Amino acid sequence: MNILVFVKRVPDTESKIRINHETHAVIEDGLNFVISPNDEYAVEEALRLREAKGGQVTVLSVGAEEVLVILKKGLAMGADEAVLIKDELKETYDGLRVARMIARTVEKKYPQFDLLLFGKQSVGADNAQVPSMVAEMLGLPQANVVTKLEIDGPSGTALREIEGAMEKVVFSLPAVVSAQKGLNEPRYETLKGIMAAKKKVIPVVTLEDLGLTKDDVAPQIEIVAMETPPARQAGKIIPGRPEEAARELARLLRTEAKVI
Amino acid sequence: MFLTFIETREGKIKKSSLEALSEAKRRAGELGTDVGAVLIGTDVDCLDPAIFSYGAARVFLLEHAELAQYSPQGFVGALHGLVKEAAPEAVFFAATAMGKDLAPRLAAKLGVSLASDCTAVAVKDGKLIYTRPIYAGKAFLSFRLRSTPQIATLRPNVFAAATAGNAAGEVVKKAISVQGGAIKGRVAELIKESGAEIDVTEADVIVSGGRGMKGPENFALLKELSAVIPRSAVGASRSAVDSGWIGHQHQVGQTGKTVSPSLYVAFGISGAIQHLAGMSSSKVIVAVNKDAEAPIFKVADYGIVGDLFQVLPALKEEFKKLFAER
Repeated sequence: MNILVFVKRVPDTESKIRINHETHAVIEDGLNFVISPNDEYAVEEALRLREAKGGQVTVLSVGAEEVLVILKKGLAMGADEAVLIKDELKETYDGLRVARMIARTVEKKYPQFDLLLFGKQSVGADNAQVPSMVAEMLGLPQANVVTKLEIDGPSGTALREIEGAMEKVVFSLPAVVSAQKGLNEPRYETLKGIMAAKKKVIPVVTLEDLGLTKDDVAPQIEIVAMETPPARQAGKIIPGRPEEAARELARLLRTEAKVI
Repeated sequence: MFLTFIETREGKIKKSSLEALSEAKRRAGELGTDVGAVLIGTDVDCLDPAIFSYGAARVFLLEHAELAQYSPQGFVGALHGLVKEAAPEAVFFAATAMGKDLAPRLAAKLGVSLASDCTAVAVKDGKLIYTRPIYAGKAFLSFRLRSTPQIATLRPNVFAAATAGNAAGEVVKKAISVQGGAIKGRVAELIKESGAEIDVTEADVIVSGGRGMKGPENFALLKELSAVIPRSAVGASRSAVDSGWIGHQHQVGQTGKTVSPSLYVAFGISGAIQHLAGMSSSKVIVAVNKDAEAPIFKVADYGIVGDLFQVLPALKEEFKKLFAER
């Protein structure tokens, strides 16, 4: 199988987000950036499929040179190749332009593929747009938010999480699948993998290579504000023995907070 | 016209679709236009009256045997045809599993950007401004979309569903053609999790457990508590999920789900930053924890410092009494 996995660089989940209110952007100083957690499940699934069926795993990321770190991580986990799709813009929170770059890269550079794997959403922009958009642009079926994936010859079956239930999705290959927690347990990089990743040359694909102009990928999202939410205030501590405190809490929730 | 996609599951309209329809009605009203609703599938015409009462001036029914089960390609093809013909200014979806799956495909087919999982929509200078959480709620982004039509998904449980009085309107049945062969993926089966009727993203009340629950067996206590509270669901912290105490679909936080219930009750959850991000837009937060210094108390409206194994059963009895009174 020829599998392309798309990964994104995001601040780790322990990060406290600070904002530059002039540029409407997150202040990156002091943040620790990682491969988006959902994307790790996608990389792991690709590696498992290759181990079971043979083939090749390529990790790709859209961004500037700073995303090379997570591409190296994908290589260190065991991917065969990595590709940087060069984007001069920082986070625009606009999935369409990223999907355009990815779809065009796949069409122009990697037309022979069986599966495009993504994380269900980046843990950051939280858009959950790009997998479906790429699927539409390339005319492919999709299975998003997947916790189980089986590939059998030219077709696949996936379990996809919906509200309070799972959908069993059947599709033909090639296809787009987006991964989430529960799909697998991502492996750690090995020392050997890390050393090999260091030596690996990572090709760069530019907008010109893709035949895209800056206008083609201009953000259609015009940011007017970025704010941190108002800090919540610590409220009442309800004293007393457990039964008393529980009774008082129930009373307050009904009469004061009016939420039950 | 603002068009709203109405999602049905097992013949019933999703509440979150009515929330989206109500918000479309409010914003369209500000812009001096009206609201349409669209249903896709088979046998969907029995559902009209409810939709009209939420303010739709017309309901489009896109029925086809090939669309009996959800398929992203089939549904987007049908929707795209309607959007091209009816030329709405905006298309709203509820940010449900289906809405999140479908809206980006429609946006891509139309070549427009998408406002995902919005928690507020406003009109300023005749333009829509969307606000949505980013970094799971650690920050909020407000923006305009330069492209038309405007496409947005609205987070469930945030926008008020409000009936608008007019209980009738125009029903427009559209003949659509679907080539079955062009649909390369579809839902073959719905598998229900036993006992879990409501997802944490849709629940009015979430009772959530963390490391302080001490083991998987104790999540039964939370399920029992949830059982006495209408429209409630059981949530969990990442450490509880990573320990295998409960399924990942219950996880609240940055690598789980971001939730906005009326009431979030955290038992034995210390309040890691990535958990707080996912639940701090709850209307009311209650924390029960034996550690008075736990960060969760800094965001909790009500706190009980004590042994959750004593507080939880007592609270269940109190809730039982309260709900029996109603």
